[in-house]
Formats: sequence, structure tokens, C-alpha cells
Amino acid sequence: MSPPRPRAYRLPGLGLNATLVVVFLGLFVLLPISALAAKSVALGPAHFWEIITDARALATYRVTLLAAFGATVFNALAGLLLAWVLVRYRWTGRGLLDAIIDLPFALPTAVSGLALTTLFATKGWLGAPLAELGIKVAFAPAGILVAMAFTSLPFVVRAVQPVLQTLEPELEEAALTLGTRPFTIFRRVIFPAILPALATGATLAFARSIGEFGAVVFIAGNIPYRTEITALLAYIRLEEYDYAGSAAVATVMLVAAFAIMLLVNRLENWGRRLAAA
Amino acid sequence: MSTVVNRSARPGFAGGLLIAAAVVLAGLLLVLPLVIIVREALASGADVLWDNLTTRDSRQALGLSVLAAAAALPVSLVVGLSGAWLVAYHRFPGRGLLLAVSKIPISLSPIVAGVCYMMVYGRRGWFGPWLVEHNLEIMFAVPGIILVTIFVSFPYLLNQLVPLMQELGSDEETMGDQLGAGGWTIFRRITLPKIKWGVLYGLLLGNARALGEFGAVSVVSGHIRGKTNTLPLHVELLYNDYNSAGAFAAALLLAVLALITLAAKAIVARRFRQTTSP
Repeated sequence: MSPPRPRAYRLPGLGLNATLVVVFLGLFVLLPISALAAKSVALGPAHFWEIITDARALATYRVTLLAAFGATVFNALAGLLLAWVLVRYRWTGRGLLDAIIDLPFALPTAVSGLALTTLFATKGWLGAPLAELGIKVAFAPAGILVAMAFTSLPFVVRAVQPVLQTLEPELEEAALTLGTRPFTIFRRVIFPAILPALATGATLAFARSIGEFGAVVFIAGNIPYRTEITALLAYIRLEEYDYAGSAAVATVMLVAAFAIMLLVNRLENWGRRLAAA
Repeated sequence: MSTVVNRSARPGFAGGLLIAAAVVLAGLLLVLPLVIIVREALASGADVLWDNLTTRDSRQALGLSVLAAAAALPVSLVVGLSGAWLVAYHRFPGRGLLLAVSKIPISLSPIVAGVCYMMVYGRRGWFGPWLVEHNLEIMFAVPGIILVTIFVSFPYLLNQLVPLMQELGSDEETMGDQLGAGGWTIFRRITLPKIKWGVLYGLLLGNARALGEFGAVSVVSGHIRGKTNTLPLHVELLYNDYNSAGAFAAALLLAVLALITLAAKAIVARRFRQTTSP
């Protein structure tokens, strides 16, 4: 962090670049979002409420939120483990693991969906042994969780990794000299320091999971009331030429996305304060 | 005793267990999906794979995906460079808001993005009647696919450059300005050389998203076979046709592109660390 300068020196290009960026964001981001919001407002509060609290819509919120929550919990634990072994130890294969972590971001979601569906189908490599245990993944709610967990896996790793890397070793060394057990050190010294980053990464993963479409529609089976996610309902309504129904459901998702963005902002500030302290 | 504390030490017994757990996890969750794609795509032999990749519809889908990504790339570049110069080097009212708006496409569901664009350019959208009157097709046509591809992919470069340029600071730029160099010269001769790896990195991320976008494109494409199908949509179409070999052939092509992106990213990231670390 550089100390704030009394008066910032002004480089050229403010007017030109501000015009360009504002016009672009206006046309490409604000205009479409305003059009969606306007459509929902035009419905009137009663009709809007009726659409978004319809039984089928409520079922999609439940399915989406539960699966996203499960995927986020899984990713918080898996992400912490992956970040830990990437930062803390020097071992063969570390570079490869580090590179492959981003695979879910690089792989098109439709491809992820196709591959996961094949793996977790009742006759698939992972689906068959799970079926023996009585666990059905593909074309069941658990499949939605798997698809969400896969597509949002890198968030926690990439959030925790840099913080873990810059952790000052002095406190740990002191604790170790005093004979503190490694797990206690983790719990008392390391965990509090990485908590904001972990929470930020998990929140980003949750946001991505709520909005995920491509991977989920392949594996979910898409049965209304059981394995239908909210994004799919917005999609189906549009296919039925029900613009109003689609707009209302999409608006719910838009508001949820904004709320989560605000939360991420808060969490990032918390992390910065902790790092500066 | 400092072996545990030293970062990147050789793992002890507990460390070995954690590494083993991480490797098994990554193997099941990350490597196995890649293996299954290769296996299924080659299940009926390389000839069948080649035939599936070179059907008319496959070539059209690949062409459209490349076109959309190629159209989105220069937009990402201009908006990313311009936006980062603006936000990293200037203080002005509304700066935080501008940054927040530019991040919306990343946190928004691609389906919501597609629905938003339908509400503007669709038949019953804001510009719908005007577009119909002038015989202009945007939704369910190539322009719509390009528009949403720009929307989902432009923030990646910008988000990469803003923190990078803030960290590197603008002291050299300020010096250049005081010595009388013009803004464009400062950008070209001072800024661009120091951020070039960051630019490449951000473009790679955005390009991967542009090539692979599914949800938003799915909403606006109309799924017209041989006309408005992109490669990811083609995967779904073939899968729904119970043409598993075809779906996996297209998926393999996309997976190879993804792996090339990952490899290029790893190389650029290494260069990046070399140039930015003092």
C-alpha cells in the first residue's frame, strides 16, 4: 500500500477514456439491465409477486440454493486443502496441479456438463460405484451439486492461495518454539488470517453456482419441482414466449447477484483491513 | 523445527497425507472428466472422430464460435486498456461505481444476461418494433451472439489490468508527461511495455470465456442448425440427438482449446512474475 499522496498528479486521457468507457458500459451493461428491470416494473407489484412466488418458481429457488450451498461447503474445504498443499510444500507435480486448478474456468460449461454426466451416470466410472451404495448423482439433485462444485472449484483456491503465501512466519515460529501443536497453530494463528479470503472465495463460488447453467442442465435431468434450477425456469419461460414470466424470474436472480456482489465487496474490505493491521 | 514453518518445505508425514488427498481429489474431479472426453471421442476410432469434426454443421459451429470470439477480442482490448488507464491512473467521482458496473457480467448468471439482451433487441423488447420495421435481425442471428459474447468476456482483461497498474504505479508516466510526451506516446512507450504480459493474460481468460460461452448465447441464438449454432451449443444439440460420438468429438475440440489456454496461461504467468518481481 502506497501512502496517499496529498494531490494526485493528473495524467492526460481522462476525458477521452471516461467517455469511451461510460458509453460502452451504458450500452452493453446498463441498457440491457434497465430493460429487464423496466419489464418487471411494468408488470406491477401484484403480478410480479404472483409470478416469483409461484409454486414451480419456489421449488427452483429451493433446488438452486440447496445445491449451491452444498457445493460451496464442499469447495470451501476442498479449496482450502488444495491451496494449502500448493503453498506449503514443495513436491513433484505441484506446478501441474497449480495449472490444472483453473480447468473449470477454461473448459466450456457444456463440455464440463457432458463429461460429468457421463462419469456420474448409473453406468459411469464414478456413477456405478456410487449406485452400488444407493447414491444416485446424475439426473438427481446431487448431480446439480456436483456440476456446481466443479464449475466453481477455483474460486476458493485462488482467493486463499495469495494470502497463505504472504503470511508472516514469525507468529507460527514463536508458537512452535513454545511447543504449540500444529493443529492448534492452524486454528489459532493461520485460520483467522485466511478467514476473510476464504469467505470471499466461498461467496464468489456460491454466486457462480446460483447462476450456473451449462453444466447443470446436462446433469440435472431438469424435472420441474425436483431438479429444475432457477436459471432454467427463466430460460423455459422465454422459450414459451412468456417474456413477463422470464423477466420476473431473471430479475430475482439479478437482485440476488447484486446482493452477493455487495457482500463480496464487504468481505474484500475486511480482508484488506486485516492485511493492513 | 523450522521445517514446518518455512514456506514450501519438503512435506512431512502429515503433509504427505494432505498432498495425497489433494491429488486424489484433483484426479477424480479435474483429470477424470478430461480422460472421459478423450475416451468417448475416440471410442469408435480416429476416422469417426475426424468425420464428426468435419461435418457441415460442425464446421459452421466452429466458424461461428471463432467469429464471435474474434469480434469480442478487440472490444475487450480497447475497453480493458482504456478502462484500466482511467481507473488505475485517475481519481474522479463515480470511479467505484464504474468499477462495480464493469464487474456485473462476471457475477451475473449467463441466462440473466441473455434475457436482458432479449428485453432490448428481442421482438417484444425496447428496440424490437424498430428493428422489425427496418428488417434488422439481432436476436436469433449472428449479431446477437456477438453482442452477448462481448458482454460476458470484456471484464476479464479490465479486472486483470486495474490491480496490476495500481500496483506498478504511474510514476514513470507522470515523469513522461512532465517531460512533454503526449498521452498516446506515454501509453505506447511506457505503460504498454510494463503491462504487456498482464494484457496477454487477461485476453487469454476473456477469449476462453468467449469461445466457451453457453448460457447467454443459448438464449439469443435461436438454435438454428447450420446458422446460429456455436460449438458449445453444437455439443448440446448432438447430445440431445443421442449422437454421443458427435457430441464428444465437439467436446474434445473445445477441451483441447481449453488445455492450450491453460498452458499458455501458465507460461504467461511465469513471465509475468519474472517481470513484475523486483
